[in-house]
Amino acid sequence: MTFSPELEAKFEEIIGKYPPEHKRSALVPLLLFTQDELGQITAEVIAEVAKRVGVFPLQVEEVLTYYSMLHFPKPMGKKHVQICTNVSCQLTGGEELYKQASRKLGLGHKEVSADGEVSLEEVECIGACSWAPAIQINYDFHHNVTPEKLDELLDGLRKLN
Amino acid sequence: MLYNEPSPLETKVLTRLFGVPNSTSVETYVAHEGFVAFRKAVTMTPEAIIDEVKKSNLRGRGGAGFPTGMKWSFVPRNSPKPKYIVVNADESEPGTCKDRLLIEHDPMQLIEGMMIAGLVVGAKRGYIYLRGEYRYLIDILDKAIAEARAAGWLGENIQGTGFDFDCYTHSGAGAYECGEESALLESLEGKRGVPRIRPPFPAVAGLYRCPTVLNNVETYCSVPSILRMGGEAWANLGTPRNGGTRLFCLSGHINKPGVYELPMGFNLLRMIEEVGGGVRGGRKLKAVIPGGSSCPVLTAAECDLPMDFDSLKNAKSMLGSGGVVVMDETTDMVKVALRIMKFYQHESCGWCIPCREGTAWLKKILTRVYDGMGQNEDPALVHELATNMLGRTFCPLGDAAAMPTISIVEKFRDEFEAYVRRSPMANLADIDKRIPVRA
Ligand SMILES: Cc1cc2nc3c(=O)[nH]c(=O)nc-3n(C[C@H](O)[C@H](O)[C@H](O)COP(=O)(O)O)c2cc1C
Ligand code: SF4
Ligand code: FES
Repeated sequence: MTFSPELEAKFEEIIGKYPPEHKRSALVPLLLFTQDELGQITAEVIAEVAKRVGVFPLQVEEVLTYYSMLHFPKPMGKKHVQICTNVSCQLTGGEELYKQASRKLGLGHKEVSADGEVSLEEVECIGACSWAPAIQINYDFHHNVTPEKLDELLDGLRKLN
Repeated sequence: MLYNEPSPLETKVLTRLFGVPNSTSVETYVAHEGFVAFRKAVTMTPEAIIDEVKKSNLRGRGGAGFPTGMKWSFVPRNSPKPKYIVVNADESEPGTCKDRLLIEHDPMQLIEGMMIAGLVVGAKRGYIYLRGEYRYLIDILDKAIAEARAAGWLGENIQGTGFDFDCYTHSGAGAYECGEESALLESLEGKRGVPRIRPPFPAVAGLYRCPTVLNNVETYCSVPSILRMGGEAWANLGTPRNGGTRLFCLSGHINKPGVYELPMGFNLLRMIEEVGGGVRGGRKLKAVIPGGSSCPVLTAAECDLPMDFDSLKNAKSMLGSGGVVVMDETTDMVKVALRIMKFYQHESCGWCIPCREGTAWLKKILTRVYDGMGQNEDPALVHELATNMLGRTFCPLGDAAAMPTISIVEKFRDEFEAYVRRSPMANLADIDKRIPVRA
């Protein structure tokens, strides 16, 4: 499998962080960065990553099923809306935000829109408890989210493309 | 950018550069006594540095509060194997959002802390394990590391001292359990984040089974100021056996939620009232989670106490990770207990049965209570199940799930009973009794 020059460079950089005899350490970061770059993890990606770090594809699968941010075989949407409902956010309206987003997007937990653009996930604490309720869209944090702000953010999802 | 207004009651030691323009650059750092501690450490023996850290009464900020100086002294410095410095930046304990700020505003302080740990044990390499969601911090750190390298503060023969050290970021990908030290190491080795049996502890057999210093972000960030101020002066900021300051994350039903650096031993009620501006909407305080969701909750009546490891232990709770979650009188404690259990059930790695099954059962029972379908015996059943998990799991996640649950069902029993009383299924227990259940 051939990757873009950017992703190739990223691979080299990541694998280079670890002692050569321990390049397996690069496994999880490689999968995450590839997923971000290509939009999904495929059997081909798994085989390629396995080859690069010197393990069997099955070992890659074994690892990747453990991590909640790695989605295989079903990818999440290009805009992945993650709403925290853990305790600090629960106390400040996180659950209501989740329901609002679910209604508005017509999506449930870990569901993806038919066009693959948008997906929704109810997530555990994202480390923004003092600025709750908090959400993440892809990697971007949004703090102290009100129902109005959420509406705006959701409206903006499709306009960005 | 600051996420919340600082409080005049803060003691700014670790957060002194927060809000300073361009605070992440080497230049700014050096202009504010940056690397002074490292320069000092280079002239000291490892024993003398450990001694200073011991004197500071610094205790691990990741949750357990283990004395850092002692932990460092366990590393076999004479081992022929390479040694490693590992930073726990997995920050996933619900209620906790401080490590993020320490990295965002002052990555050099963390790097300096790692360098000093490296000097102590003879490590040349360090890894910073960040939770996958903190991607923007990886960018900040990578940039800081590159800048430090370019300025000769990382790499070979640092500033002509003959000391070689370099560090690297590593991204996790979503798993609370990877914050547990041995699971973190497994994950850093490219495996599932399942904990290891201990002993051996990471100090002896950590990353790649080599001697490893593993600490929380805030713990490393404390080290430069300890060496600058001297261990004793640093210790005196706090209370006996609980040195220094700590970043407390106030959240929940509070007027001014935020992360505040306060001396260890700061009174909890005062923290809520004076630092946090009191309970939202003028309501009455009901309960507080004092240090992240793994800690037993305190009732309002129990909150007049100093926030340090020993006082919280005496109150049968824990100081934990510094996440102070404030709940007002309108809070439904059954709902809180259920949400907390959902979290642990989701995050249980499934390796050992008491935790995997215990969290799943507890979630089921708490769900039916909350849904109004509980049975008379459910409050007692929740208590018994959770108690039976304590001390019987492979790693502390099982205890982390059980402890808050036990405390809530003990201290707010009436709320559980009120739920059950309204349930049409309340008396099904009578029928249950006639059905033989195998233990
Ligand atoms: C389930 C679980 C999750 C943990 N999560 C974290 C975490 O996110 N960050 C952290 O620093 N420590 C976490 N810890 C504590 C670590 O195992 C370890 O004790 C700590 O990183 C040691 O550093 P310290 O001595 O500086 O506190 C966790 C522990 C358990 C049992
Ligand atoms: S207690 Fe057992 S199942 Fe739970 S996280 Fe630890 S090892 Fe995994
Ligand atoms: S509880 Fe929602 S960000 Fe921590």
